Amino acid sequence: MFVRLSIAVAALSVLSGAALAQGAKLTDPQIAHIAYTAGVIDINAAKQAEAKGSNKEVKAFAKDMARDHEAVNKQALDLVKKLKVTPEDNDTSKALSKQAADKLAELGKLKGAAYDKAYIDNEVAYHKTVNTALETQLIPSASNPELKSLLQTGLKIFQGHQQHAEHVAASLK
Amino acid sequence: MLPGRYLATLALFALGAMAVPAHAATIQIVMENLVISPAEASAKVGDTIEWVNKDVLAHTATAKNGDFDVTIAPKKTVKSVLTKAGTIDYYCRYHPNMKAVLKIAP
Repeated sequence: MFVRLSIAVAALSVLSGAALAQGAKLTDPQIAHIAYTAGVIDINAAKQAEAKGSNKEVKAFAKDMARDHEAVNKQALDLVKKLKVTPEDNDTSKALSKQAADKLAELGKLKGAAYDKAYIDNEVAYHKTVNTALETQLIPSASNPELKSLLQTGLKIFQGHQQHAEHVAASLK
Repeated sequence: MLPGRYLATLALFALGAMAVPAHAATIQIVMENLVISPAEASAKVGDTIEWVNKDVLAHTATAKNGDFDVTIAPKKTVKSVLTKAGTIDYYCRYHPNMKAVLKIAP
């Protein structure tokens, strides 16, 4: 519990810290990049879980995550193409990717039930972090109404994922 | 021989007609942007629910009590016939924040 909480807090501070360090409001190309990166991170985690997971519910959850995040990211790509926006790499995206790569390596060392639990706990924490970032930073900063609306739908989807992850986590206990 | 078969076919038709009462209705329930509408729908046993998924994500209509569990692929419509009465709380298994109620009269 303590470990999970501290991971969530660390993730949150990385996310908000890096973004706030820029001093300025995030631009739409940066927001698009962050949202897309956040999706890719969860798809990579899901692929690892589909291969490494042992619990049936955990594997099914991972499959749901890969499918949903791929669908949302496709929508995001279609939108940036339509808006002629080029997603722009930034410190927040970089921090997210670095942290996710570390987490993937850490999870990669675990096996069986320990892996299942660590993956699903991280999914709860990760979705919480992303949802907070969407609510407090990305959605308020977005200028384009279509981008804002996609982020708002994204928030509802990820809140659903968080609840779904919480159900699976509870079923493992 | 032939008239017998003809009669049997007629009887089957009659049976089929009886199984689907004349008052059976089709009720549309739409899932869009992770919202189920209407949030509360009323129907009768024998009615058909047309589940319309307008999202790019797969959804389910899963009864909390286990009475039904329908999966609707992205941008698809699935029909299901109600067989059991009750006030059913249902949700989407993939996005449990999507919730609604279906009141099914006998």
